[in-house]
Amino acid sequence: PFAPLSTIQDKLSRLALFFSREDFQRIGELAVNPLGDRIINAFFPDDKQSLDFRSFIRILACFRPTVKDKYADPNAAEPINSRSNKLRFAFQLYDQDRDGIISRGELIQVLRMMLEAQVTEDQLESITDRTIQEADLDGDGAISFEEFRKSLENINLEHKMSIRFLQ
Amino acid sequence: MAGDRRRCGGGCSLWSLVLLLALAALLGCSAEGTGEPSRVTGETPAGPNSKSSRYQIVTVDWQHVEDPYTIASWVLVAGLAKIVFHLSEKVTTVVPESALLIVLGLILGGIVWAADHTASFTLTPTVFFFYLLPPIVLDAGYFMPNRHFFGNLGTILMYAVIGTIWNAATTGLSLYGVSKTKIMGNLDAGLLEFLLFGSLIAAVDPVAVLAVFEEVHVNEMLFIIVFGESLLNDAVTVVLYNVFKSFVEVGPENVEGLDYFKGIVSFFVVSLGGTAVGIIFAFILSLITRFTKHVRVIEPGFVFIISYLSYLTAEMLSLSAILAITFCGICCQKYVKANLCEQSITTVRYAMKMLASGAETIIFMFLGISAVNTEIWTWNTAFILLTLVFISFYRVIGVVLQTWILNHYRVVQLEIIDQVVMSYGGLRGAVAFALVVLLDPKMPVKKLFVSTTIIVVYFTVIIQGLTIKPLVNWLKVKRSQHKEPLLNEKLHGRAFDHILSAIEDISGQIGHNYLRDKWTNFDRKYLSKIMMRKSAQISRDKILSVFRELNLKDAISYVSEGERKGSLAFIRSSSDVNVDFTGPRHSVVDSSVSAVLRESTSEVCLDMQAIENRTKSPKDREEIVTHHMLQQHLYKPRKRYRLNYSRHKLVRSDGEKQDKEIFQRTMKKRLEHFKPTKLGNNYTTKFRNMKKERAAKKKHSDAVPNGKLSTHSVAFQVKDSEAEDPSDGGISFLITPASNESDEIRAGIENPSFSVEEDQSDFQMIPPWMSNEETVIPSQRARLQIPGSPTNFRRLTPLQLSSRSIDSFLLADIPDEHPLSFLPESSM
Repeated sequence: PFAPLSTIQDKLSRLALFFSREDFQRIGELAVNPLGDRIINAFFPDDKQSLDFRSFIRILACFRPTVKDKYADPNAAEPINSRSNKLRFAFQLYDQDRDGIISRGELIQVLRMMLEAQVTEDQLESITDRTIQEADLDGDGAISFEEFRKSLENINLEHKMSIRFLQ
Repeated sequence: MAGDRRRCGGGCSLWSLVLLLALAALLGCSAEGTGEPSRVTGETPAGPNSKSSRYQIVTVDWQHVEDPYTIASWVLVAGLAKIVFHLSEKVTTVVPESALLIVLGLILGGIVWAADHTASFTLTPTVFFFYLLPPIVLDAGYFMPNRHFFGNLGTILMYAVIGTIWNAATTGLSLYGVSKTKIMGNLDAGLLEFLLFGSLIAAVDPVAVLAVFEEVHVNEMLFIIVFGESLLNDAVTVVLYNVFKSFVEVGPENVEGLDYFKGIVSFFVVSLGGTAVGIIFAFILSLITRFTKHVRVIEPGFVFIISYLSYLTAEMLSLSAILAITFCGICCQKYVKANLCEQSITTVRYAMKMLASGAETIIFMFLGISAVNTEIWTWNTAFILLTLVFISFYRVIGVVLQTWILNHYRVVQLEIIDQVVMSYGGLRGAVAFALVVLLDPKMPVKKLFVSTTIIVVYFTVIIQGLTIKPLVNWLKVKRSQHKEPLLNEKLHGRAFDHILSAIEDISGQIGHNYLRDKWTNFDRKYLSKIMMRKSAQISRDKILSVFRELNLKDAISYVSEGERKGSLAFIRSSSDVNVDFTGPRHSVVDSSVSAVLRESTSEVCLDMQAIENRTKSPKDREEIVTHHMLQQHLYKPRKRYRLNYSRHKLVRSDGEKQDKEIFQRTMKKRLEHFKPTKLGNNYTTKFRNMKKERAAKKKHSDAVPNGKLSTHSVAFQVKDSEAEDPSDGGISFLITPASNESDEIRAGIENPSFSVEEDQSDFQMIPPWMSNEETVIPSQRARLQIPGSPTNFRRLTPLQLSSRSIDSFLLADIPDEHPLSFLPESSM
């Protein structure tokens, strides 16, 4: 990881604030992360090849811990790191074709990535079906963002999707 | 069938126990009794000459071998005891081994005492501090997961220093206060004596903590905190103990203000000095191991000798010896593991575990035996009871207060259940006992203190050790009783874990943790150059080492597969990837499994079984199956706290299989993304072939292991893909082979079309994970799969399917063996 560190520091120091996919792919831990490639793609939407610092930070910002502000102006734009935006980030990882729903095929893909190789196709499909069944409220066989959000309302997202030091 | 075995095990263990006791009794009696006959035989030479001139064919001369014989026999008894205990699994899961050993010691002591009415074989402080404690602490330091240790160092220091001082002060003062009220009778002790007692009873003991926490399987972070505290509080204990001891000897009237000041200063001197000594010796050790290439057989010896010397040096300088040897182990880890050859590393690990485990067994057994000694017993109910109450009470308060303060500064919060475990897990052990025995015998209250300490130690080890596991389970189950995780939650929860660890890795790369980066840079630039062998330095790249490790695992598993198929007699136990729901032991890895089940980040783990037991019956069968399947097969998130520390087992982290699968999958996908750029269809087809060979080559590398071609230094620059080809969603690189060692050998390995391509096209595709200066060693299986292996691999064609095959192709042509430097953070 020290090679990428120096390259990135180099870039930062030269104010050439552009990252490319290779910078991310060089990170060893990402290579052994099942969702690694998808996450890299999330940083480079629409086949972009370079990432400027601002966009990078914007994505990273969504992982800030949420601040419970009682006096927040309800009409103000939603902060980047709100719970809803965190969920949206995750949702977009699943939903590759950006149609706003996680179809069965997309879910199977993600599950395939996250499960060990020894799981058979049948098992995979049955897990997918059950998962959709559990979450699907309007019976369309796919998971919309609302259903996604609803199924995860009990999870402590602040903990799972926040990096403290970003505060 | 299992029941039979258990019953038989129970019966067998009973018999063995009886046998053991008989042996011990015999030993005890003979040790005392055979003093006599040998003296008789010894005296015969003094008698009339006629008797002694006869040549004795066989003589029994006990005194000649008395000392080593007794020592060896006691060690043997301890070892046998361990065997006996583990025969019955049911017992060992409920009762911690340390408790069993103490009880055994009591029984043995009782037998010996009954036979001879003398107390024999007490745990003398000399033996304890010089021979029994160092291996345990060294083992702790050497296997310490540095990243977590230093990550939590602030917390650990706070608990160790502030916590111990708090405990000592409050306990001592309270006891003093109570003694004033004469509840405890007339004790001939003043404030200083009580403070002294407080200081030695306050310290949490590393031996006991380790022994008990192993049974409980708390999460790694919690374990590190408690364990680190128990190690680091030695400095405080030493200072407090010595200061108060000298105060007591001098007499309370003669204590001057200057002495208090000196006490405070000495704390810093003792702790920092001890640490410095440890670091110096670690440096020496790493330096030495750099040059031991040719004396591999004695390499392990250096590790032990030098670490032990650090302990003794610190002891000589009246600094904290425990700190010295701990830091020696902590600091030398990395370099020793990089420098030593594979077998030496294994030898060191096993020897250390053996010594530590053995020492711990002996300590507990002797704790039991030493108690059977009428001379030291003074019973004072009130004092003992009050001590117990005070230490527990003040520990709880101390922990709660400190946690409350610390939580403001910590990234990962410490929750109630963590605090409960921490307070309850603050065990006292042999260190306290040894310290109390060291007290000046002229002190009138010494006997009382000794007896009280023994009782306290027994209480904490036995009672608290027995009950901590049920307590934790009860608490956890209580908390999560109403929660039944949905399939979705599990799945997405796991996905979130992966996402989060990925983001952390990314942002970690962009450089937070300033200090750690500074250190790693410093280490890389200077320290490693000095202390690591050349070959080890080259192979430090993390991804490469993952790859190498995977290849290694690949090779091992290939061999074991072959063995299984070939139905060879011996069984090679592969890693226990399958989660056995019924076995509590397997939950070492469960911290991540249960992470999905919890919505909070509490660090105490819970066995899967407890959740299962609460599942209501009308649940769909299939649902359970699905849940189980997810549980078993979901990839575990990168373990932030990957720790497999165990005194008694050397656990190989089994995340490698998962890593390997994901790695291969990822790389396959990335390779598929390579698209041709400017050169059109011709290039596409040619490239596809080249790509296949490249993929194959990735497995069998561009470089022969080390010898001929050490650094295939490929400097590559990143080229942003030109705007002209927007369809290229892939990765493009430019490779300028900087190595000037392009001789025929290389051409023999390289794809001939490779060099041709270089001239022609601007774009070369080499997977991004091949960065500068690396050598990749292919796995045996990989080589097998490639039909036309280059000639340089000919030495492998008689494929040696032996467990040493790894070394054979590592040794290759080079005199310089290529030690595998594993992931810097991997726990070995």
